[in-house]
Amino acid sequence: MEQIALGYPKSRNGLKRRFRVGENAILALLFISGVFSIFTTIGIVYELGKEALLFFRTPNVDLWSFLSGTQWQPHIDKFGILPLFTSTLITSLFAMLIAAPLGMGAAIYLSEYASEKVRGFLKPILEILAGIPTIVYGYFALTFMTPLLRTIFGRDVVEIYNTASAGLVMGILILPMIASMAEDALSAVPNALREAAYGLGGTKLEVALKVVVPAAISGIAAAFIVGISRAIGETMIVAVAAGAGPNFTFNPFKGAETMTGHIVRISGGDLSYDSIDYNSIFAIGLMLFFVTLTLNLISQQVVRRFREVYE
Amino acid sequence: MTHTIEKIKTQRIKVSEKLVYVLETKKLNIYYDDFRAISEVNMKIERNKVTAIIGPSGCGKSTLLRSFNRMNELVQGSRISGEVLFHGQNLYAPDVDPVEVRHRIGMVFQKPNPFPKSIYENIAWGARVHGFKGNMDELVEYSLRQAALWEEVKDILDHSGLALSGGQQQRLCIARALAVQPEVILMDEPASALDPISTLHIEDLIRELSNHYTILIVTHNMQQAARVSDFTAFFNMNGDRSGYLVEYDNTNQLFTMPKNKLTEDYITGRFG
Amino acid sequence: MNGPSIQKPEIEFTDNIRDRNRYGRLWVYIFRFSTIIGIIALATLLFNIINQSSGYVVYEAKGDPAALTLDGVPIEEQTKDQLMRVLSSHLSKGAYSKLDRTKPFAERSRNDVYDLVVERIVKYEVVDSWLLWDSLTRKDEITAAVEEEYPEALLRFDVWINSDFLRRPQSSNPVIAGVRTAVLGSLWTIGITILFAFPLGVMAAIYLTEYAGDSWANRIIQTNINNLAGVPSIIYGILGLAIFVRALEPLTSGTLFGVTDPTSANGRTILSAGLTLGLLVLPLIIINAQEAIRAVPNSLRHAGYGLGATKWQTVWSHVLPNAIPGILTGTILAISRAIGETAPLVVIGASTVIYFDPEGPFSKFTTLPIQIYQWTSRPQDEFRFLAAAAILVLLALLLTLNAVAVLLRNRYSRRY
Repeated sequence: MEQIALGYPKSRNGLKRRFRVGENAILALLFISGVFSIFTTIGIVYELGKEALLFFRTPNVDLWSFLSGTQWQPHIDKFGILPLFTSTLITSLFAMLIAAPLGMGAAIYLSEYASEKVRGFLKPILEILAGIPTIVYGYFALTFMTPLLRTIFGRDVVEIYNTASAGLVMGILILPMIASMAEDALSAVPNALREAAYGLGGTKLEVALKVVVPAAISGIAAAFIVGISRAIGETMIVAVAAGAGPNFTFNPFKGAETMTGHIVRISGGDLSYDSIDYNSIFAIGLMLFFVTLTLNLISQQVVRRFREVYE
Repeated sequence: MTHTIEKIKTQRIKVSEKLVYVLETKKLNIYYDDFRAISEVNMKIERNKVTAIIGPSGCGKSTLLRSFNRMNELVQGSRISGEVLFHGQNLYAPDVDPVEVRHRIGMVFQKPNPFPKSIYENIAWGARVHGFKGNMDELVEYSLRQAALWEEVKDILDHSGLALSGGQQQRLCIARALAVQPEVILMDEPASALDPISTLHIEDLIRELSNHYTILIVTHNMQQAARVSDFTAFFNMNGDRSGYLVEYDNTNQLFTMPKNKLTEDYITGRFG
Repeated sequence: MNGPSIQKPEIEFTDNIRDRNRYGRLWVYIFRFSTIIGIIALATLLFNIINQSSGYVVYEAKGDPAALTLDGVPIEEQTKDQLMRVLSSHLSKGAYSKLDRTKPFAERSRNDVYDLVVERIVKYEVVDSWLLWDSLTRKDEITAAVEEEYPEALLRFDVWINSDFLRRPQSSNPVIAGVRTAVLGSLWTIGITILFAFPLGVMAAIYLTEYAGDSWANRIIQTNINNLAGVPSIIYGILGLAIFVRALEPLTSGTLFGVTDPTSANGRTILSAGLTLGLLVLPLIIINAQEAIRAVPNSLRHAGYGLGATKWQTVWSHVLPNAIPGILTGTILAISRAIGETAPLVVIGASTVIYFDPEGPFSKFTTLPIQIYQWTSRPQDEFRFLAAAAILVLLALLLTLNAVAVLLRNRYSRRY
């Protein structure tokens, strides 16, 4: 058939598929970029796994004593992760003690009570809080929270470096994150549900607490889980304020190094490759990676289930 | 300028001598995953005529229309069986390039969707994409004149296409489609988002354009179909919500003396 | 009515509306309080930092600054030549020429030489200090106490964050320490991060939103990106240490390009740091960019395809131009995260003290957060003040970036 258009190049093969070189080159480039992140994950798992394996192959180290040992003292070949793990647990616990109830309260207030104007003012403040670098929070813990705790509970009770101070400040860091995720979940609850509850004569509080919150419970749960995961992986606050040196204690007013804090302190010095110290941070890192990954996967699963209910 | 238009017109006449039917479907079925949206459609579309597709909502009118330039492929999970022939060539043959198909068979959408660029750029972009080498200013003016929009916008060609009224935006979209010189223009309820006056403008335009282009129009408005089209195809749904062709005839014939009871019920407003 | 009739049971309600409303009001206070805690925390944090960033400081000089007066001009007002004369007359010949060898005096500015005089001859030391709040409220008390306790000393109201602080390089002496080295290090590192992560992230986002179908492979890529965004930053540090610092050492140290002397080369460079942070923010950039690309209405894509344009022509001409403000905003937010990151850089080995400006991607480096970390870890008060001042510099940098992001968002807010 004949070409109608003026000024258009004559198409030689009609409707036949053309091989467009540029188009395919671009697609290849985009595909490689898309796949790149897979290599990051492979890199993490491979490198952590490889060095951790070297660590566990060292004489005097075995998986059982690693998981159950209460002493982490590399110079006498004691590699028990419990002291690092318990202090991670304590700081995370303190963080959640602050962040979960306050984050939840803020989420309910923002989603159910606050006017559009108030929300427009408060949300940016929470966003600023979430955007402050964690080293600044570490400084805050050391120069404000610790002296405060020492004034309240006495200087003999509270050490200069302690897990409580780090944990509490970490709670302030995580609060806006939980508030924002939980608020998203609450806002996603259909208005019809609220109207139904008001129609039965519920007060605003009853509607919020007994209808909206339960309806959004999986989204809220996901927010909490991500919060815990964030707390476990948080590094600079504990590195500055929680103390240097592993310490197997449940006393939050004593100094104790967390898993992340230990990695930072060990690698902060001149770390020589192929030493047991070098390998040990990979073992701790691997454990950290799996714990946070599991928590994140659980939270995604929970959110997915939540979505199925309302869409 | 006039030279260009004359040349385009002469070339068009040459083509017209060759074939009467531009498009033809053979046992066309369209599926979305397991759902069959359109079943067993056989119809021929006559050249330089307006063919309207009517039917109750959800009967797959738009789906069928989009299958004529392979736009339905953009929906994930859609596939077809059967054939859509364009000048006797199957559009769904493995060696056919959907991009080329859409060059020849243009489309105007339900909601006006000009690019957020200047009026001039809206027209010029498609032409440039297809390697247009001629005088771009001439092409823009010619396309806008064809779409009966030139007088309204000739002084504001550098304004954003989005600054126009809804009716003007839709005529801009038509001009944009014309600029790449398609043979067929598919129109998916082109006036449904517009006010009555703009709708009249578009209908006049469609009549005018049918002198040079083959036009397929989907509409839910029976009066519109009666006003603008030469042929009308009436579609209905099966029990399984799959659309099928009930009756296809000269528009006059179909609206005055429908052969099928269902068609009669529909055009007299008894259902739909 | 047929069938068994329904017996109406005894129904009684208690009149509890007053209690319920009272509870309702009480809880509103609790919710409001939770929200306000955030504001209080932010205010306290800022107050705490500003409080430590200026105040009265008592200096005692080991050498006597008055004795250094030359031609009747005190050292504070001397010219570069005069200062050099002071320096050469008070330092041993060897020490003087050693200074000249590290950096020729001809290249040093007047202020550099002045710093040297203070550091080498006057030797100011901080003997006492007060926070801003105390300095303002108890001014007379402090002046009296200082006059009594340190009659020889110099009492000065110091704002730790000042132009000298921004200009000076790092130093072990808090009196003349500055953040120039750290700020330059941060900028170099972030530059590399952007060059690496921005194009890669945007291309990945285009692939995932525009090209990738709903296959299992693409779902894995997507899930993987979401999970990477939740991996603790310190893990990226460990990865960077193993890959960039160690495995790719010839590349990251620059020996591969013959830039660096192989004997002293080391992978702990700005390049390694930038790439590590790049890996860290890549998933964030991808996720933000995907959101921006998805926000472009489908009608635009269909308009492009309907004209017979190819996928890339449509993406390039219509999808990207309309998504770019959103992509940039998201990228800026991700980059501000990278600027504040400390842990991964400590792990890949940034914490060595450096006194010289970075010269390129293969330089050793320190960054602003690292500098804050180091100063915070020192027990002396004056280092805390330096840390507070450095934090203010960091926050100002982040605030500027975020303001740009907000401006972008408002300037190009959606028009359809």
